[in-house]
Amino acid sequence: MRWKTNTYSGWGRALTASGQLARPERQSQVTPTAPAIGNRRSYGDAALNSGGRAMDMTRLDRILEFDTRTGDIHVEAGCTIGDLARVLPTRGWLPRVMPGTGFATVGGCIAMDVHGKNHHHAGSFGGHVREITLLTPDGPRVIAPDDTSIWRATIGGLGQTGVIASARLSLMAVPGRTMKVHERRAENFDEHIAMLDASQATFCVGWVDAAATGASLGRGIVEEAETSGAEAKHRTKTRTIPFDAPGFALSAPMVRMFNTLYYRRVPADGQFVIRPIEDFFFPLDRVHDWNRLYGKTGFHQFQCVVPTNERYALRGMLGAIAEAGAASPLAVLKRMGPAESGHLSFAKEGFTLAVDFPNRGATPELIAHLIAQTIEANGRVYLAKDSLSTAAQARAMYTHLPEWAATVNDIDPERRLETDLTRRLALRTAI
Amino acid sequence: MKTWVILGATSAIARAFIRQEADTGAGFLLCGRDQNDMLVTAADARHRGAAAAEVCAIDMRDADSFAPVLARLQTISGTICCAVFVGSMPEQSEIDADPGLIPGVVIDSFTGPAQFLTALAPLMEEREAGEIVGVSSVAGDRGRLGNYVYGAAKAGFSTYLSGLRNRLGRKGIHVMTVKPGPVDTAMTWGSQLPFMATPDAVAKDIIAGLKSQRNTVYTKRLWLLVMTIIRLIPEPIFKKLSI
Repeated sequence: MRWKTNTYSGWGRALTASGQLARPERQSQVTPTAPAIGNRRSYGDAALNSGGRAMDMTRLDRILEFDTRTGDIHVEAGCTIGDLARVLPTRGWLPRVMPGTGFATVGGCIAMDVHGKNHHHAGSFGGHVREITLLTPDGPRVIAPDDTSIWRATIGGLGQTGVIASARLSLMAVPGRTMKVHERRAENFDEHIAMLDASQATFCVGWVDAAATGASLGRGIVEEAETSGAEAKHRTKTRTIPFDAPGFALSAPMVRMFNTLYYRRVPADGQFVIRPIEDFFFPLDRVHDWNRLYGKTGFHQFQCVVPTNERYALRGMLGAIAEAGAASPLAVLKRMGPAESGHLSFAKEGFTLAVDFPNRGATPELIAHLIAQTIEANGRVYLAKDSLSTAAQARAMYTHLPEWAATVNDIDPERRLETDLTRRLALRTAI
Repeated sequence: MKTWVILGATSAIARAFIRQEADTGAGFLLCGRDQNDMLVTAADARHRGAAAAEVCAIDMRDADSFAPVLARLQTISGTICCAVFVGSMPEQSEIDADPGLIPGVVIDSFTGPAQFLTALAPLMEEREAGEIVGVSSVAGDRGRLGNYVYGAAKAGFSTYLSGLRNRLGRKGIHVMTVKPGPVDTAMTWGSQLPFMATPDAVAKDIIAGLKSQRNTVYTKRLWLLVMTIIRLIPEPIFKKLSI
């Protein structure tokens, strides 16, 4: 297996690394001597290893076992959620938890313990993993939820307990390839939160117009959905962004205009639509390389979760964002249910807010302010999205960090699996 | 039912092709050297809709290993199709340093699969149906500084395929020559090459080519234009170029 020296980045393209990459095409070529990476959909530096090596697992993407009666599936770590969402519904199944991009690999979904639009019912991805084949420096190991300490260090564990080679997942039964979606406007933050709170739907998410101010602050569209077998119109054709967009593409006036049109797309009394599964779960995947819209300096995503009783802290954050005129059209508000599967899992009961920001002058300062507000509200930011937290802040937000670090350092004492993220936040070091 | 014999089933392009064809419910006999890896690919094919998928060890450099595969095919009823993804391409500089590598490249990329296909042909002729996909290369269109031994072997394979097409076409069997440019696989990992295609895109072009009964498919399509120009350059000029 060849190693090549390359400069690569996370999805946000604001942080880059230079190092050696290999891409094994057979299981026998994978060794736990370097961190494993997937399609690099983490925004910051979770999939980067500057000056070191990283192993691209995307070619190990096969279905090893699949029981169509019980919905148990065993897949290689590089298998993508989008691939599963294409193949499985015709046989009546779908992954229980679907992140916002189909390009995410199963290995990445475990290492980040991702969540989806059904978190308030289904919890996060790790909760539906039954078994993981882990390549540790001491050899291969098959682990299950009963192996409590290593399991909790692996789910959401940033790939630090070993290279995830394969995983067994419990799927959810679906009647077909589509979703029945109910879209309604929410006129302001309070109504938005109340609608999310009251929703009984299996899948529920709010799009926020992060450029709206004053009485409209926090307005948006609440999408509620159920799986469906109804026919949808053919899926929209995919497009590719062929070059880095100029700076004005996502300037404040453009974003305000786009958001207003997008908000008015939904009639005032709401609408029901049937959408293909992929369109509902991965709306942005239709535009390949959409991260290039943010130009060559890249962008940041801020995502936090705050407990239910602190939900009004999110209104303060939206106010600061709108005032700075810094947001892009991508902003999401969601209710999260109870469930913490791993020591470093992001999700917890409450409300989560995610907003993209072009990487311009004042952006890092604004995000630093939002992170401080998150901690004040007893919340945490998502390490899959983070590029700007500090080591001290990580400790304040992730209280199980010491247990995690102890387990991980025991398994990988030579620290061969460290990444730019674990080093930046000194996650594996006592400070 | 249609059964695909795949030579070189561990290659990335083969895997992409198998995956896309599995969807149609075809059967597969996967042939190659790494049995463990092929077993995984076979399972994947079955779970994606293949009617059957078995593996069989074969080594292009050991013609004795062909017999069990051919014997197994005799017992499979229906239409037999074959897709060839084998080949090897050491760096030209390695070959220059060790000419002893040449026979291996020629066997892997030309004479091995030619020997297998020639042995398979009577069975296909007998059934008067089937398709053959031979993955050759744009490198075979003209000998160039960078990879002329691999290119020479693929030129031989392309010529063989055109003859085989001439022979089998009379019996209703379609032979398609595929000429990919650089493809993003383990073979090209770390090389800076122009107009790189993904294995999925190549597999898609192969399946589209079969559907429209094309004789030769360049993938990406752009390579047809590029290679036409390269072929037209007069030799006195071409010999001075490094392209």
